[in-house]
Amino acid sequence: MTADKALIAKQFIEMIPHAKALSMQITNIGDGLAEITMPYDEALIGDPKTGVIHGGAVSTLMDTCSGAAVMSHPDSPAGTATINLRIDYMRAAKPGDAITAQAECYHITRNVAFIRAKAFDADFDNPVATAAGAFTVEGK
Amino acid sequence: MARQKPEPVQIVKQRRDAALGALVGGVPYIRYLGIQFERHGDELTAVLPFEEKLIGNPLLPALHGGVTAAFLETTGIITLSWSYLWEDIESGKLDPDTLTKGDLPRLPKTIDFTVDYLRSGLPRDAYARARVTRSGRRYASVQVEAWQDHRDRPMAQATAHFLMPRP
Repeated sequence: MTADKALIAKQFIEMIPHAKALSMQITNIGDGLAEITMPYDEALIGDPKTGVIHGGAVSTLMDTCSGAAVMSHPDSPAGTATINLRIDYMRAAKPGDAITAQAECYHITRNVAFIRAKAFDADFDNPVATAAGAFTVEGK
Repeated sequence: MARQKPEPVQIVKQRRDAALGALVGGVPYIRYLGIQFERHGDELTAVLPFEEKLIGNPLLPALHGGVTAAFLETTGIITLSWSYLWEDIESGKLDPDTLTKGDLPRLPKTIDFTVDYLRSGLPRDAYARARVTRSGRRYASVQVEAWQDHRDRPMAQATAHFLMPRP
């Protein structure tokens, strides 16, 4: 049952045009947890002097990963949409490194799913950014 | 004493547009999303022309929430940088030619960014405007609002804090 849900969530995420455009890959999903990786791409640079990726691209990755975590939660019937997301930027991501987001849907009600997420470059001890947010619970 | 003659309008426009063009055109990610800026005096309006690659929910279809967030964040940074650099652009201290060559001044860095989604983003053009609510020596607060067909029916709003570059 849960494995099916994870598969459906994975297929749905991989169908998203903008996730495809950024070459996002789901590396882990299930039971309200998700991990998605996005390779470094020069088109995503926000600071041309340093080659550091734009915060907006990191936000997009964390938003997608958070949605995937909600969809994979055992109590989530199907789809979801972001209500609110707060992102804190700890440091610049290292140019050339892929960005990995890990999200957790830590609480879910009939109407609202609550998430926490972190984003890393190759250094998994120091997050690049963290996020917290609320998502809708659709299809009940 | 004779008053100084005002600058010809085309000189003023050319200087401001060159500075804005350099500020926006130098960032690959802004180009990737296709965001453009329209200027009326010092007021900026960001425009995000719709493209298929910006879709986040193919079933509805709707814009990707991340794209909306990135659009708001970009509008916030450019508007804040624009107001921060305005005096130097006007006084000629900042030369648009050096800007165009890619020699951009250091820009504000995002500390945190909070976005509220009010309506789903339709598959059509979106617009955004930012307001710098406070710009201090070290920190700045900025509010941003995005809309599509109706200005009074916003699709998303954001509050962001930025770390200002050291002078």
